[in-house]
Amino acid sequence: MTQTITLRVNGKEHTVEVPVQRLLIDCLRYDLGLTGTKEGCSVGVCGACTVLMDGQMISSCLTLAILADGKELRTVEGLAQPDGTLSPVQQAFIDYGGFQCGICTPGMVTAATALLEANPRPTEDDIKEWMMGNLCRCTGYYKIIASIQGAAAHLRGEETP
Amino acid sequence: MNPFAYHTPETEQEALTLLHEHGDEAKLMAGGTALVIMMKQRLVLPETLISLHRLRGLSDVQEVNGTVHLGALLTHRAAETSPLLRQRLPVLAETYRHVATLRIRNVATVGGALAHADPNQDPPVTLLALDARVQLTSVAGSREVPLESFFTDYYETVLRPDELLTAIRMPIPAPHTGSAHIKFLPRTADDYATVGVAATVRLDPATGVCQDCRIALGSVGSTPLRAPQAEGVVRGQRLTPELLREAGAAAQQQTDPISDTRGSADYKRAMAGVFVRRALEQAWQQALQQTT
Repeated sequence: MTQTITLRVNGKEHTVEVPVQRLLIDCLRYDLGLTGTKEGCSVGVCGACTVLMDGQMISSCLTLAILADGKELRTVEGLAQPDGTLSPVQQAFIDYGGFQCGICTPGMVTAATALLEANPRPTEDDIKEWMMGNLCRCTGYYKIIASIQGAAAHLRGEETP
Repeated sequence: MNPFAYHTPETEQEALTLLHEHGDEAKLMAGGTALVIMMKQRLVLPETLISLHRLRGLSDVQEVNGTVHLGALLTHRAAETSPLLRQRLPVLAETYRHVATLRIRNVATVGGALAHADPNQDPPVTLLALDARVQLTSVAGSREVPLESFFTDYYETVLRPDELLTAIRMPIPAPHTGSAHIKFLPRTADDYATVGVAATVRLDPATGVCQDCRIALGSVGSTPLRAPQAEGVVRGQRLTPELLREAGAAAQQQTDPISDTRGSADYKRAMAGVFVRRALEQAWQQALQQTT
């Protein structure tokens, strides 16, 4: 059983025919070729597969692709400028050493982007609460928090350390 | 996952008609965070999937004549941030705030969670302490069931195959009532609890004597539990360390936990006593603050 769905991903509209049981992460990675989003735990715990659907963070490994029909999605591929210039969050993850092996990074930067759009001035506790569902097995959490604080300061036009 | 026939009703009536037609072969999906995992693990293989994500309504928060009404399709995040809930039932808003992670709370619904009936969940514990009732609706009509008699076993409830859980209702606590929900999380903040406890305590403002008390526990039985013996210990009494210990010991008697990665059965039983004591004291102190 298949279903034809139309979804906008990073501003571009796609129409694809998917089996009804297709997961959104598989649709993104295999049907649309957007392999930036990673699959970690497959049970909604680790946050590697984080994408934004209609502006809200979701686990794409727990979402059926057919549920994304008619929705607006943002993935890690949509964060940088079309010319490749990194977003302030992505740049801060480099500048502050927020990523090590890189597997959690797409989910981390996508979640952090959503955080700074919802709250431009997060406290350290706000960051910890928001990012609690994104796990880093290199345990680089302090630098990830510093990266998000750096990106927040940059976005507010403040001097950054 | 296996393929399935797929329906997306847009009204409650359409959903109920589909349930009536498909009954046991169909599974309802709201946020899907629990069901999709079970489908991936092949624990559930529905022939028909009825997704409620396009259904309009059933996601309201209202206060009517001293009762708070939560539409079943309200997300955990919407419950956690609802100004009405934060003001009128802050203990419930805080309970929802500490469920899993934001990604899950953005989609998981308050009704879906109850229908899933995992005894490790947090909201049922607080809802039991708040004397909540659930509304179950089918094409034939609607019935209201106290949450206490809703759960029957692991992942089992009194929901009939043609019924949809449509609302949760609970009274706004009387004046001089304190409430608390605490959980023991030895592993990570988004994990299921080793034990979770909620308590409400209503005091006589003149004497400080407990007039009414409700205590509920999660993760220590095949369903969320109420602890009537422990409540009986507390009613009519004043707060003392001995009373809290006695109530904890009474509640412990009623638990029937299983050993797993969150602790052995003996350990969970012991922690149930400790956390009943703590939740009760926290609720009591909150009630005392309202009497002065």
